[in-house]
Amino acid sequence: MIAEKISEIARKERDSRARFGETFHVCLASGCLASNSDGLKHALEKEITDRGLSHNCRVKAVGCLGLCSDGPLVSTRSGALYKKVQPADAREIVDHIGREPVARLSRPRNIPFFSGQTKIVLENSGVIDPERIEDYIAADGYSALVHALQEMTPAQLIQEVTKSGLRGRGGAGYPTGLKWSTVAKATGTQKFVICNADEGDPGAFMDRSVLESDPHRVIEGMIIAAFAVGASEGFIYIRAEYPLATRRLQAAIPQAEQLGLLGANICGTPFSFRIQIRVGAGAYVCGEETALIASIEGKRGSPRPRPPYPAAEGLMGQPTLINNVETYANIPPIIRRGGAWYAGIGTATSKGTKVFSLTGQICHTGVVEVPMGISLREMVFGIGGGIRNGRNFKAVQTGGPSGGCIPAQFLDTPVEYESLAKLGSIMGSGGMVVMDESSCMVDVAKYFMDFCMHESCGKCIPCRVGTYQMHRILAAITNMSATPADLKMLEELCDLLKHTSLCGLGQSAPNPVLSTLEWFGDEYKVHIGDHKCPAGVCSQKRQGAEV
Amino acid sequence: MSSAVKTFKIDGRDFSAAPEETILDVARENTIFIPRMCELEGLSTVGACRLCLVEVKGANKLLPACVTHVEEGMEVTTTSDRLEKYRRMIVELLFSERNHICSVCVSNGHCELQSMAERLGITHIHFPYRYPKEQVDASHDRFVIDHNRCILCTRCVRVCDEIEGAHTWDVMGRGIGSHVVTDLNEAWGSSETCTGCGKCVHVCPTGALFEKGRSVAEMEKRRDFLPYLTMMRKDHE
Amino acid sequence: MATHLVKSAPPNDDQRWKRVDATMRRTGQNSHSLIETLHTVQEAFGHLNASALRYVATALKVPLSHAYGVATFYHYFSLEPQAKHVCTVCTGTSCHIRGAGELFAAAQDALGESGRAQPNSHISLIGERCIGPCALGPVVVYDGKVTATENLETLKQRLREWIAE
Repeated sequence: MIAEKISEIARKERDSRARFGETFHVCLASGCLASNSDGLKHALEKEITDRGLSHNCRVKAVGCLGLCSDGPLVSTRSGALYKKVQPADAREIVDHIGREPVARLSRPRNIPFFSGQTKIVLENSGVIDPERIEDYIAADGYSALVHALQEMTPAQLIQEVTKSGLRGRGGAGYPTGLKWSTVAKATGTQKFVICNADEGDPGAFMDRSVLESDPHRVIEGMIIAAFAVGASEGFIYIRAEYPLATRRLQAAIPQAEQLGLLGANICGTPFSFRIQIRVGAGAYVCGEETALIASIEGKRGSPRPRPPYPAAEGLMGQPTLINNVETYANIPPIIRRGGAWYAGIGTATSKGTKVFSLTGQICHTGVVEVPMGISLREMVFGIGGGIRNGRNFKAVQTGGPSGGCIPAQFLDTPVEYESLAKLGSIMGSGGMVVMDESSCMVDVAKYFMDFCMHESCGKCIPCRVGTYQMHRILAAITNMSATPADLKMLEELCDLLKHTSLCGLGQSAPNPVLSTLEWFGDEYKVHIGDHKCPAGVCSQKRQGAEV
Repeated sequence: MSSAVKTFKIDGRDFSAAPEETILDVARENTIFIPRMCELEGLSTVGACRLCLVEVKGANKLLPACVTHVEEGMEVTTTSDRLEKYRRMIVELLFSERNHICSVCVSNGHCELQSMAERLGITHIHFPYRYPKEQVDASHDRFVIDHNRCILCTRCVRVCDEIEGAHTWDVMGRGIGSHVVTDLNEAWGSSETCTGCGKCVHVCPTGALFEKGRSVAEMEKRRDFLPYLTMMRKDHE
Repeated sequence: MATHLVKSAPPNDDQRWKRVDATMRRTGQNSHSLIETLHTVQEAFGHLNASALRYVATALKVPLSHAYGVATFYHYFSLEPQAKHVCTVCTGTSCHIRGAGELFAAAQDALGESGRAQPNSHISLIGERCIGPCALGPVVVYDGKVTATENLETLKQRLREWIAE
C-alpha cells in the first residue's frame, strides 16, 4: 500500500546517500543562480569526475541555504559552509575532501544568523534536491498526507490546524483553522483550493524561495487542505516573474501524480484532487483574493466588494479556500507533529514561526525563519549581523507597501501580528527591509505611494485618484515645493483611502505615509519648512526613478 | 439566504426588506437619499464609486449600501459629518481627475456629477487639477465620446454587456491611466460589434457620451428604458 | 457580415499558432483560458498585436474589448514589439534604498526617453519591481542576464555600447 511504498522510497534514498563519503550541496535557487551557481555545480562535478572520485563523492543541487549575501553557497555533508564560491574554486574545494575545509572560503555557522533561526517551513531548504520527490519523501515528505487520509477525518484535520493557532502568512493573519472550517461548512456544487503565490511586495522573496527549494511541501499542504474542506480542484496562482519556481512546480506536480499522491483516488482513497498552475501577468493587486480569483477567471484583476467572502462565494461563485504559500508549507509538520506542538512555539496570539526576507543595509541578507516573538533588535543586530558599512540603524520596514517603518526606539518590540500593528505597521508577508541614515523616510513613503499608484486597479475613486494626489504631494515635499496646507491634505487623503477604498490595496496604501508621519514627522517638517533633506537624498533637482 | 422578510432601521426609523434587497434598494423605495454614481437600477452593482458608503452599527468598517444586503436588526446611518466629508472628497477627486468644464458641456444642467456636487454643497475643488490630455472620438455617425468628461463609472460597459449583449465597451489599462474603449481600442465608428442602440449614451451620468447634434446643455438622458427592459425580460424567463 | 466575430482562424500559417491552440485546449478553451493563452502568444511572438488578440478573443468566445482590457491591465503583456536590447532596472524596495533610483535616472538620461519599447529605438528601458536577488542589489538585467551590485559607471558603459551599435 501507499504507506509501504513511501517508506520503501525513503529507505532507498537514505541508503543511496549513505554510499557517499562526501556530498556537496550547491544552492540552485534564484539568488545564487544569478551569480552562476549553475556553472559552479558543473565545475565541481567535472573536478570530481576528472579525479575519479565519483564513487565516493557527489554534487547535489539544493534550494536556498538562506544567507544570500554570501552566495553562491555550497554546504558539505561533513559540515562546512562555503561562501561566494566561483567555478575556479572547485579544484581547491575538491582538494580538501577529507581534510579541513578551505579556510578563505569558509563561512562559520556559529553565528546568530543560523543559530537564531527555528526552521519549520525551511527545514528542507538547502538540504533536499527540489527536483526529486524521492528526496522530499526521505525527509518525511508526504507522510503527513498519508496519515491524514488514512487515519483522520476532515473535521479532525481542521481541529488540528485550529489547535496549532496558525494564522494566514500572506499578511492578514486570519486564523487558518477558522478559514478552513468556513469553507468546509459552505455549500456549493464544487469547492476549490487556491495557493496564493503572487508575492507582490517588492523586496519579499520568501515564497519564491520556498517554492524553488521545497515545492512538494506546498503541494502536500494543499492536498491536505483540499481533503479537509472537500475541494476537488486546486490552483497555484504564481506571479510571472518567478519562472524558476514555476518550472519546479511544473516538474513536481506530475511526480506526485505518478506516485498516486495527487490526482484521482489519492493514496487509494475515494478522495481526488488535481492541481493546475496559473501564471500571473504583473499585477500586485492580484495578490488580493477577489482580484486573484478574477485573474484565474481570465479577467482584469479588479477586486470586488466583500462580503461575500471567497470562502462562501469565490472562484466561479463556489466556496474557495485561498491561503498563502507559507501557510500551506506549515501544514505537513503540523499534521505530523500535532497542533499542540506548533502552538508551543511563538507567543500567545502569534503561534509558530515566520519566514522573512531580510534585506537592506544589513550585513547578512537572505531568507530566515524565526519564532514569533523574537525582537526586532535580534532580527537586525543578531540574525542580520548589524548595519553594514559602519552606519547606524534608522528604521526597519515591514509589510511592504501596506506596512510601516519602525524606528530605533521600538527595536525591542517582539515580532508578532498585534505588536507590529500597534506601531502602525503590519506583519505583512515577510519582507523586512532595514534602513540606515542614508534613507530619507519621506522618500521611502513616496516610493511606496508611487508603487500603489501604479498598481491601483482603477476601479474605485479613492484609490485611483487618491493615490495620484497623495503621490503628487509627496513628490512636492521631496522636491522642496510643498506647503503646510499640502501636508494637511495628505493626512486627509490618508484618512479617506483608509476608510473608503474598496480593497486592501487602497485601504493600506496610506500606511507607509502614516507611519513615517508618526515616527519621522520631523523629516517632513524640515523638507517643507527648511527645504532640506536631513538624509541628503532629496533635492530640488530630479531625484530618483519615477517608474 | 433565508427567505424571511427582515426588519431593520435606517436613521432611527423602522423599515422592512425583502430577502434580496440591499440597503440602497430600501432607501430608494422610501426616498431616503444615499448618494451613488456607479449604481443604476437595472444594471449589476459594482460598489466602485464608494459614494454610497453608510455606517452600520457593530460593523468596524463603512459598508457600500448598493451591495450590502439587509440583515435582521441592522441599524444603518446614512449621513454624518464624517460621511459627508468623505462624499465631498470623493466627488472633488473626480473633478480634479479629468477636465469637467460644465459651461461648454452638452450635459450642463442634466449631469449627475454636477447635481451630486450641488447636492453635497461643493463650492470649489481643493485638489489641484490634473489636466490630462484626453481624446474626443466623434467617428460614430450618431454618437460621441468625450473622455475629458468620463468618470469611469463603467455603466456603459455594463449596459452594453448585460442589456444589449454586444459588450462593445470595456476598460483598458489600470489605475488613473484607465480608459473605456470600444473593441480593440479602435475608433468607435469602425467598431464591428456596436449595434448603435444608444443605451450607453443614456446611462452615462455625465456628458462623456452624447448624441451628435446636441449643443451645450441640450443632452438630456432618458433612463426609463432600463427598468422597463428588465421587467420585460423577467416576464419572458 | 461580421462572421469573423464568431468564427476564427489563426492570422497566418505560422507554426507557432499551434502552441497557442494547444494552450487554449489545455486550459478548457473558454474565457478562463484568456490569460494563459496571452502568455503563450507573447512567449511565441514576443508581443500581442491586434490580429493575435482578435484570433484569441474569437477562439475563446470573449468580447474583443474584454480581451483588450485584459491585455492592457497586466504589466507583463506588451502590445508593442520588444526592442533589440532590453535594460531592466530593479526598482524593488531593497534595491531602491541601495541606489536603484539613481541608476534608473542615469539610464533615462543616457537613453533620452523612458518607458518600454519605443518604435524607433533599438533599446528599451524598463523599471521592474523586484526581480529576485534582493540581497545583491541594486540589480540590473541586460538582455536577460542578471547583474548584481551594479554601479553607475558600468551601467553607463554598457548603455554607451548599445547606443553605438
